[in-house]
Amino acid sequence: MLRLAGVRKSYNIGTPVEAEILHGIDLTIEPGEFAALVGPSGSGKSTLLNIVGLLERPTSGQVLIAGRDTGTLDEAALTELRGRTLGFVFQFHHLLPAFTALENVMMPTIIDRGVADEAGKARARELLELVGLAEHAYKKPTHLSGGQQQRVAIARALTMNPPLVLADEPTGNLDTHTADEIFALLRDVNREHRTAFVIVTHDPRLAQRCDRQVELVDGLIRR
Amino acid sequence: MKLPFELLVALRFLREGRMQTLLIVGGVTIGVAVIVFLTALITGLQSSIIARTLGSQAHVVILPPEEINVPVLDRSQEAVAAAIQKRAQRLRSIDQWEAVLRQVERTPSVLAASPMVAGPAFATRGTASKSVALLGIEPERYENVVKIREYMIAGDFRVQGTDAVIGIELAKDLGATVGDKIRLATAENRDDVVTIAGIFDIGVKDLNRRWVFITIKLAQNLLDLAGGVSNIDLRVDRLFEAERIANLLQAQTGLKVESWMQTNPQLLAALRNQTITNGLIRGFVILIVALGIASVLVVSVVQKQREIGILRAMGTSPRRIMTIFLLQGGMVALAGSIAGSPLAALLVRLFSTIYRTGDGKPLFAPEVEPTLFFIAWGVAAAVGVIAAVIPARRAAHLDPVVAIRYG
Repeated sequence: MLRLAGVRKSYNIGTPVEAEILHGIDLTIEPGEFAALVGPSGSGKSTLLNIVGLLERPTSGQVLIAGRDTGTLDEAALTELRGRTLGFVFQFHHLLPAFTALENVMMPTIIDRGVADEAGKARARELLELVGLAEHAYKKPTHLSGGQQQRVAIARALTMNPPLVLADEPTGNLDTHTADEIFALLRDVNREHRTAFVIVTHDPRLAQRCDRQVELVDGLIRR
Repeated sequence: MKLPFELLVALRFLREGRMQTLLIVGGVTIGVAVIVFLTALITGLQSSIIARTLGSQAHVVILPPEEINVPVLDRSQEAVAAAIQKRAQRLRSIDQWEAVLRQVERTPSVLAASPMVAGPAFATRGTASKSVALLGIEPERYENVVKIREYMIAGDFRVQGTDAVIGIELAKDLGATVGDKIRLATAENRDDVVTIAGIFDIGVKDLNRRWVFITIKLAQNLLDLAGGVSNIDLRVDRLFEAERIANLLQAQTGLKVESWMQTNPQLLAALRNQTITNGLIRGFVILIVALGIASVLVVSVVQKQREIGILRAMGTSPRRIMTIFLLQGGMVALAGSIAGSPLAALLVRLFSTIYRTGDGKPLFAPEVEPTLFFIAWGVAAAVGVIAAVIPARRAAHLDPVVAIRYG
């Protein structure tokens, strides 16, 4: 599903403050795998996730997603690949406040097809049902609780049926009970749809419940 | 209705920033209203000035060529005239004027042509004697060139036999009115008695004092110009083409041809200056509106950083992000210009009741041409899109990682 080979990432290249954050990462995520990415702050987790999410390019090394070498793709192809094969769940759920929950979930299909169509709407309803928010479809994000917003964000990440979902501290700002619920939801999706997950988390409790823990320390994978 | 993605997002962004959107649409509304109003006002005033000034004038006048003295060298080529005195221009007829008349009438964009015999004379009644300009005309033809009937205040514009039509000032000076008789005498020692058939007031005192319309035949007799005409007056279809037509006719006929633009250089300069000033004001208003739209969108891009980042992460290309902001600029401007149109119409109506002519009539029509609105909408939308270019480029080039993290 995902393969990283010798990925390095430096910032401020050519300046006195040049810093290498990732020092050669080799990582493979199999289809349907449910992996936690753990590590202390500043270890490079977010940078790694951005590179996997095709939001940033590595300074050197290879990133293969669904068998395609992303280094050979131009911006437009990268954008398209991102839209179709990857789902994102951010820590602060990052919904679009101007749109209803339903529209937020539909958004990836609207972006992909250019217009809001019935198929996209049906898919969004199905996903809202899956995350237990069917009755909140027409509410704006500001009228939803933190847990509900995160559920909408998860539904949105699944809209295009991506083989891989990247989640950056999806339970980071939720209480323990809600965090457990959200985690359980992610796990359900993983089991039912064979969607691979890479979840960045600080919560060792949650990390332990994943199939695999990838620990990043000082820009290197420890295990 | 299924809106395309870019339009949908643009509309939602505008709706979300309701106050900003309302303020900038309000700004565009006022800007467009001012521009449309000013344009209608200036156009109205200009056509009113033109109508008033040129109403009593021919657009183009054909005259005989000036007589000049040609120096003759003597045979030995030794003696040359040192000084050549200019020749006095006597009253002369246009050579072959009937052929010239036929020719100019066939010229496209010439609407009407009227031959005239014009020359100086004295008008006397009792002990009063005034110098006047005799205008010998064929009334049917003349009326096609100058709408003289519109200026009649007493009697009728009836020029036949020994009937004459004079101006209101001359009538006052001679103490005469419709039906009275006056004597016209010329330097050629010829005179005749005419009956006043009508009195006109064309709004220019000097012309009201001097013009005396008589038949072309009578003028030919009095001015000793048997069978001839001193000039041919023309009306053309497009006023500002008069100079071009005059030049064309001059080249074709070899006669002296003058357009109103040559004979009224101050009027032309005033009109041109007005047009330039109007253009300048419009340009500045457009610039201010464009800057307003641009600044609101720049702020909006900063406010929407995170949303832009999310959209990018979900697979929206930079080009589409750019389109979203260009559309916002265009829509704000279009909405403002549509809202500004009734305001402009209202202003024009209001000012048409404020600006009045000496005789109390509105100086210009209280309507705005619909095409002006369509042009305003088109220009506004284009300006809005152009104003949005810089903010839109900024939005498109936002780094999604930075936008999501710090937005």
